[in-house]
Amino acid sequence: MTIATRELRASFAFVERNFNLTKRYWGWEVAWLVYSIAAALAVAFIGVAQDDPGLLQVLVIGTIFWNYLSIVFGFIGETVTWERWEGTLEYTFMAPIRRYTQLVGSTFFAVAYALIQMVIILVVMILFFDLEFTGGNFVTAGVFILLGSLSFVGVGMMAAILPLLYVERGDQMVFVIQSIILLFSGVYYTTDVLPEWMQFVSQFSPGTYVLNGIRGGLIHGTPVTELLHNVWPLVVMGIVLIPLGVYMFGIAERYAKRTGKLKRVG
Amino acid sequence: MIEVMNEAKSTRVRAPARQPLRRVGPPPPGEQPALLIEHATKRFVVGRKRKSVVAVNDVSMSIRRGEIYGILGANGSGKSTLIRLVSTLLTLEGGRVEVFGHDVERDEMAVKQLINRVSVDAAFFKKLSPHENLAYAARLYGLDAKSARAEAIQILARLGIGEKRLNRPLEQMSRGMQQKVAIARALLTSPTVLLLDEPTTGLDPRSKLDVQTFIEEVRDTHDATILLTTHDLAEAERLCDRIALINDGRMVAEGTPGELMTMVERDYGKEPTLESVFMTFTGKSLDDDVDEDKDDD
Repeated sequence: MTIATRELRASFAFVERNFNLTKRYWGWEVAWLVYSIAAALAVAFIGVAQDDPGLLQVLVIGTIFWNYLSIVFGFIGETVTWERWEGTLEYTFMAPIRRYTQLVGSTFFAVAYALIQMVIILVVMILFFDLEFTGGNFVTAGVFILLGSLSFVGVGMMAAILPLLYVERGDQMVFVIQSIILLFSGVYYTTDVLPEWMQFVSQFSPGTYVLNGIRGGLIHGTPVTELLHNVWPLVVMGIVLIPLGVYMFGIAERYAKRTGKLKRVG
Repeated sequence: MIEVMNEAKSTRVRAPARQPLRRVGPPPPGEQPALLIEHATKRFVVGRKRKSVVAVNDVSMSIRRGEIYGILGANGSGKSTLIRLVSTLLTLEGGRVEVFGHDVERDEMAVKQLINRVSVDAAFFKKLSPHENLAYAARLYGLDAKSARAEAIQILARLGIGEKRLNRPLEQMSRGMQQKVAIARALLTSPTVLLLDEPTTGLDPRSKLDVQTFIEEVRDTHDATILLTTHDLAEAERLCDRIALINDGRMVAEGTPGELMTMVERDYGKEPTLESVFMTFTGKSLDDDVDEDKDDD
């Protein structure tokens, strides 16, 4: 068996394990899905209340795609936290696999899980509201979902280091990062309504470019070729942050082994 | 340190039909040890005052292939830290650890393929079934999940766990059963060095006996070298070919159970039991708890 086959099989271990956990925690899965749908509908009704179809589109896109991106980020960012909760962190870290194998497995599952939830929420939204994206460019939306996934995977990998370094506070830090990305990325508004300093900060959030791109494609039918100013920051973030995340994770793992932080359970 | 082989144990070694893999005593010159620990030292910085605590202090041991080597010590003595150093879960401050010639730090991946560990708390995804947990383990170790399942069924059947129970969440099983599944999981990967960190602590007498019997079976049928930490002196006497006593991170005695007992009787005039061996070399009873913050044990 080649190393690549072996690592691929090992990465499937995380996909299968997370699928089994999702199945076993089905009650919570239903609860979270209901909450996500309710939250998306509640936000979208603001657009209905304003009798503004344009606002409704902005809100629906923001809420659906933020849900997707935050799930991808959360799953990867909480890779270590999950294992701490379950008490299996040492077992997994003792296994003869590369760390990127674990992160790749977690990423595959996160993307699949988030896509399924996104489709369910989208269907509910279509059933509730008279949504029309006629003239929308779905290729553009697809490209930005792909690029957004890569960049959020990178940010998630960087964030996943925190629970390794800070046993008690790491997960809380991941949550704060997620909240900051939500605030600065223009999820429910366009970033030009933000104060100048916040607009400056929003340039560093991948969410800003993903949502701009998807809105441009679905609402205005803009092709990807005209949205390159939103494409290249996502490409750069993906290229830089994913390998950097894996590298930094390795450094954090060595630190945890030096200080005995793998043992601690949450 | 006692380096001479115990006669009673030696007799058992010479019974190849029943115990073909057992060898007792440190490896002779030229023979590669299964596990070599040389001057291993590990410090932790603990508490708000960032106090440096030496959890493992200049510990050395050499374990032969097929041997069951026990580590006895009170809570906080450094036993589990030593196991974690071998498991690649901690880095060394000083000294070296080798598994079949592979350095745990320089050749970590090779070491990981040779070892497996059963910890006191049977680390599982408790919501998942034994089958799901074992499938996860099999994939991590590059095994085929279907064959691994078949093998796991066999191992668990030997431990008294029927196939029907394999699909129920582990949280519905007793601790004894969970620990048996943990041992089955470890064996599934055919480790050549098996690290058992207090595998019977907290088990009811029946489960304890089952696990001990199974460890003996593993010793007799698998090409496995076992490093076992325990609080149970009877267990150490029953299972271990050699024992090391650890106190405050230091190894204070080493030998076969018979050698250690003979020594306390001869040199200290005490009753030849492992209890008096323990009291003599550590100055405390096994019930004495050391402040858990003191080290990482």
